[in-house]
Amino acid sequence: MAGYAIYVLRRIGQFFLVVFVGVNIAFFVTHATPIDPITAAIAAATRFSQSDPQAVQMTRDALRELYGLQGSLWQQYVAFWTRVAVADFGPSLSAFPTPVSTLIWRALPWTFGLLSVATLIAWVLGNLLGGLAGYYRRNLPLKAFGVIASGLQPIPNYVMAFVVLVLFGYVWPILPITGSSQINLPGGWTFAYFKSVFEHALLPVLSLVLVGTGSWFIGMRALVSNIVTEDYVTFAELGGVDRRRILISYVMRNALLPQVTGLALSLGLIFNGAVITEVVFGYPGLGNLLIRAVYAGDYSLVIGIASMSIIAVAFAALVIDLILPLLDPRVGAA
Amino acid sequence: MFSVVKDLVRYNREFALGAILILLVVAMSLASFFSPYPSGVQYVVPFDTPPSWSYPFGTNSRGQDVFWQLTFAIRNSLLFGLTVAVLSRLVALFVGLTSGYVGGTVDRVLMSINDTFVVFPPFPILVLVYFIFKDHMSWPLLAVAMASLGWPYDARLIRSVAMSLRSREFTTQSLFSGMSTRQILVEEHLPYVLPIVFATTMNNINWSIGLEVTLSVIGFTNIDTPTIGTMIYWANQHTALVAGVWWWIAFPVGLVIMTFIGLYLLSVSMNEYIDPRSRLSRMGGAA
Repeated sequence: MAGYAIYVLRRIGQFFLVVFVGVNIAFFVTHATPIDPITAAIAAATRFSQSDPQAVQMTRDALRELYGLQGSLWQQYVAFWTRVAVADFGPSLSAFPTPVSTLIWRALPWTFGLLSVATLIAWVLGNLLGGLAGYYRRNLPLKAFGVIASGLQPIPNYVMAFVVLVLFGYVWPILPITGSSQINLPGGWTFAYFKSVFEHALLPVLSLVLVGTGSWFIGMRALVSNIVTEDYVTFAELGGVDRRRILISYVMRNALLPQVTGLALSLGLIFNGAVITEVVFGYPGLGNLLIRAVYAGDYSLVIGIASMSIIAVAFAALVIDLILPLLDPRVGAA
Repeated sequence: MFSVVKDLVRYNREFALGAILILLVVAMSLASFFSPYPSGVQYVVPFDTPPSWSYPFGTNSRGQDVFWQLTFAIRNSLLFGLTVAVLSRLVALFVGLTSGYVGGTVDRVLMSINDTFVVFPPFPILVLVYFIFKDHMSWPLLAVAMASLGWPYDARLIRSVAMSLRSREFTTQSLFSGMSTRQILVEEHLPYVLPIVFATTMNNINWSIGLEVTLSVIGFTNIDTPTIGTMIYWANQHTALVAGVWWWIAFPVGLVIMTFIGLYLLSVSMNEYIDPRSRLSRMGGAA
């Protein structure tokens, strides 16, 4: 039990380190550059008009206060941390006066839903078929699946989403290609709404699963084909244990552990892919919000999303790592 | 070196296929040096003509020949990917070798930093960088930003090899013969990890070209330089698909998918070649 406590403490320490470094990167990218965001914002606002210098000065002061950019660098640094700690990044400029945190909370469930459903499907499918392919080496359909999965796997999410979009939106238009539900449909616990949400999620999930399955499949196949040669598996086979039981509780059970760790490690990349897919399909999650914030020049919203996504991913990785000892008794004991 | 390549081509179908794909892509990028038009000029050919003998990949709505435009685009994309890969390899090598050989506190500190960088989602951070730099965004800047995010996975891999090298006799011997840590790492250990570094380089080029395409298509890079991403960006700006100019989109997407699959196959087959067990089983299976 003490081993588990040390493991948990170490992982939580790692989590805080990630948050610390991530927030510092966000701060220094935005502050240690020669470009002043306020000058840029004012230049954008007054590009096509003449402005009273006094009004410009007032705008400058107002923006400086809004963005938390008054005072020395150290004061700004402390102010930045305060904002992150209470998850309050001030009002959004493009959706004034809605706070940035409200916008992020509104977008987060969509990203979370898309990401978790797609990752779960890809992970389960990849591991299941990969395990079977590693155990039944000569099975032709599984071999064919391996070739297809590893051919799709190196394609980046953006390109895959784009190809899926063109195929189902242009060549064979049968599914909705943008948004999260039909536009004029009121949200609520109705069947029509759920059906619409489901239909709109199909293509984004499909493109994420197409890219995601391959790496789990390949990893699991390699792990299983290594484990199969171990003595205890041969022994179980000679002892007449049911082959299905060998595969499930002797082989796959052991091979799953590195795959769970792998899930925690690659969460950043998976999140990345989900965010990019949202952009392509106009899905109302964090990715889309981020792009619109950049187009609108919404300084606080961009910083808010960047910092919050780092924290969210680190937190999800922490949760997976804390679950791991339940599956693997050795982690806590070491 | 040459015999290794010969072996790979003979015994490894993945390597042969990957090499063919990449040779085609490289040939395409080298063709840019023979382009009749300089890079980036517009309105030099008729608009929107479908693929034909005189314009093999058609022409686009900006009056550019898609074929020659694509040669410049793929050259710039490959150069960009290579730059990011080389830069991030340097970091990964430094962290991995040092961490694996020195061990102890240094190892723990470096690996904490490593595990921190592993979980960062690169896209929001790169978008933040673009948001701050806007018009000052340049390709070298983007390459540096991407390289500083793209090293941790491979650093861990290199570290695991370096840890096993540390307990080998030749390491002890070089230590006793008075070599410094730097000498041991560079002269003794580096040659052992280079094959892995090559394999990860391919993956890293894939990763950075993928991100480049993503950022460019949204318009978050310097869009005046032709790359695969900016080409798709301009095609989207001119609503190429709605206008029926499909060749403006299809050829860049097809070429970049060829690049991804080619590089991936090369990296997989190299990884297999490095691992003697799988190499032997493959050669045994082929015979």
